[in-house]
Amino acid sequence: MKLKDISINNLRRRKGKVFFLILGLTIGITTVISLISISRLMNEDIANKLDEYGANILVLPRSDDLSLSYGGMSIGGVSLDARTLNDSDIPKIREIEVRENINIVSPKFVGVVEIEGKKIPLMGVQFQEEGRLKKWWKIHGALPKNRDEALLGNEVAVRLFKSTNDHLTINGRKVRISGILEETGSQDDFLIYADLSFVQEALNKPKAVSLIEVSAYCNTCPIEEIVDQISKKLPHAKVTAIKQTLQTKMEALDHFKKFSIGISVIVLLIGALIVFTNMMASVNERKREIGIFRAIGFRKSHIMRIIFLEALIVGLIAGVTGYLLGLGISHFIGPMALGMKSVRWVIDPSLAIGAIFLSTLIGVLSSVYPALHASKMDPTEALRAL
Amino acid sequence: MSLIEIKNLFKTYESGEEKVCALVDVGVRIGRGEFISVMGPSGSGKSTLLTILGGLNHPTAGEVVVDDISIYQLPLERLADFRREYLGFIFQSFQLIPYLTVIENVMLPLSITERSNREQARMAGEILERTGLKGKERRLPDQLSGGEQERVAIARALVNAPPILLADEPTGNLDTRTGKEIMELFKSLNAEGQTIIMVTHNPENAVFSSRTISLRDGRVDGN
Ligand SMILES: Nc1ncnc2c1ncn2[C@@H]1O[C@H](COP(=O)(O)OP(=O)(O)O)[C@@H](O)[C@H]1O
Ligand SMILES: [Mg+2]
Repeated sequence: MKLKDISINNLRRRKGKVFFLILGLTIGITTVISLISISRLMNEDIANKLDEYGANILVLPRSDDLSLSYGGMSIGGVSLDARTLNDSDIPKIREIEVRENINIVSPKFVGVVEIEGKKIPLMGVQFQEEGRLKKWWKIHGALPKNRDEALLGNEVAVRLFKSTNDHLTINGRKVRISGILEETGSQDDFLIYADLSFVQEALNKPKAVSLIEVSAYCNTCPIEEIVDQISKKLPHAKVTAIKQTLQTKMEALDHFKKFSIGISVIVLLIGALIVFTNMMASVNERKREIGIFRAIGFRKSHIMRIIFLEALIVGLIAGVTGYLLGLGISHFIGPMALGMKSVRWVIDPSLAIGAIFLSTLIGVLSSVYPALHASKMDPTEALRAL
Repeated sequence: MSLIEIKNLFKTYESGEEKVCALVDVGVRIGRGEFISVMGPSGSGKSTLLTILGGLNHPTAGEVVVDDISIYQLPLERLADFRREYLGFIFQSFQLIPYLTVIENVMLPLSITERSNREQARMAGEILERTGLKGKERRLPDQLSGGEQERVAIARALVNAPPILLADEPTGNLDTRTGKEIMELFKSLNAEGQTIIMVTHNPENAVFSSRTISLRDGRVDGN
């Protein structure tokens, strides 16, 4: 027989009370795990839908005389002074410290060209990036793959009477129309899209970049952090965050996280209190028993070990059941609350270990005073025959 | 040379205003292999003397020397070790652990030693046989008669072969016949060299011992 056998036997004897003890701690751990899992789901939800939100950071040249309003569609007088952006700025964005949070970097060069007597804005893009940035685009035909292909906004196609596979001449360069955008209701309808380097060449502004749209998502840092870091890399540029749906969602997530921490602290405190009172009652009930142990030659430290072992066992059980329950709750309730379809099971070992560790820690810490109290009990008092 | 030497022992209990002088200037020597009865009326300090001898109750003044060790000068945890190595306790109302089986109760003093489970079971089995409890190892205390519970308490006190056996009214809760059987067991243990100090107020029990120490109002009354 070892001390652990004494602990285990005693827990078995007090089944009813031990059940409540474990339950109290389990509820705490379940709550914490549910909340953590749900906020992770929210994070994942945002990350999954990331592509639907488009760019959330805009990089523009700092020069004040540049009267370019991309959103409002009044592009003109793009003056290229020393402070404009150029090709070499593009890779720098992916060199920031939190670079793993950069999703899409889509550089653009805009100018106006005259085609068949009509002035039409021409936008040079990298189609691979732009295509990812504008997931909502529907194209009759395909995205351009070569330098001699172009994509027409719906309005432009109507104005020029062009359809897919027709040809256009841009500043003397012949291009094939690989696709036409379905109506988007945005400025995209009024643009001709062509390859960035092609447009730079056609407008005789090699390497020039008018703006860079960035899609970035960081679940641990605010978007301002990314904006700051890009600003440092590109001191001559004006970097701004565009507030949009993603931002709102992330703020909601942030509120939820704060709320979760508050709730978690409260339920864990209650759990600790339950352990404390239950252990204290158990120790007082066992006064005589502890007296016998002491008389037999158990050291104070042996008594404390028995109590701590009990707390440890309770904590372990509550940790495991709390984790499993929390996992179940977040799996079934989380997606419902978030309006997501069913999600896959995510077994995160570090979360499981964390839950068990937290549970045993609370169990043991809440038993420090009861254990000390038990070890200090006077054995003669306990053994006095009445 | 005596195994136990008690010198000028005083014990005063203070509870609030009240002071109770449970032991007053008690001096006793007990040799190896003696079987002592401590007698006296209720409240005369018998239990107090036994718990002080047992290293459980710090005296107000005086000294208890066992095997050349002045036990109350030991640090507390060492005093616990002393109890484990030197003493076997038998309490007035058995004081078995209700949720442990007979053999587990007996193994209790061994559970804090380095001995393997197997060695513990062997030692407990031996002493259970000696105390006539063979075949009842797996029972819980409440499935035993009073006499059997007493025997478990004796087995637990003797399992690690302590030099001194301390018993407080070991027959107090037993019928006369069972009480007599327990006394016979004590006598045969003593015959094998076991030192026994037994508190009793029953003169019939005292007959089995080799010497009687009488207490009255906390003082030793002749001997
Ligand atoms: N823990 C205690 N606190 C206060 N008084 C005590 C305590 N233990 C014993 N006494 C008192 O000391 C005296 C001797 O008690 P005790 O040693 O139990 O005598 P006995 O065992 O001979 O009946 C009694 O008056 C008793 O009330
Ligand atoms: Mg007494």
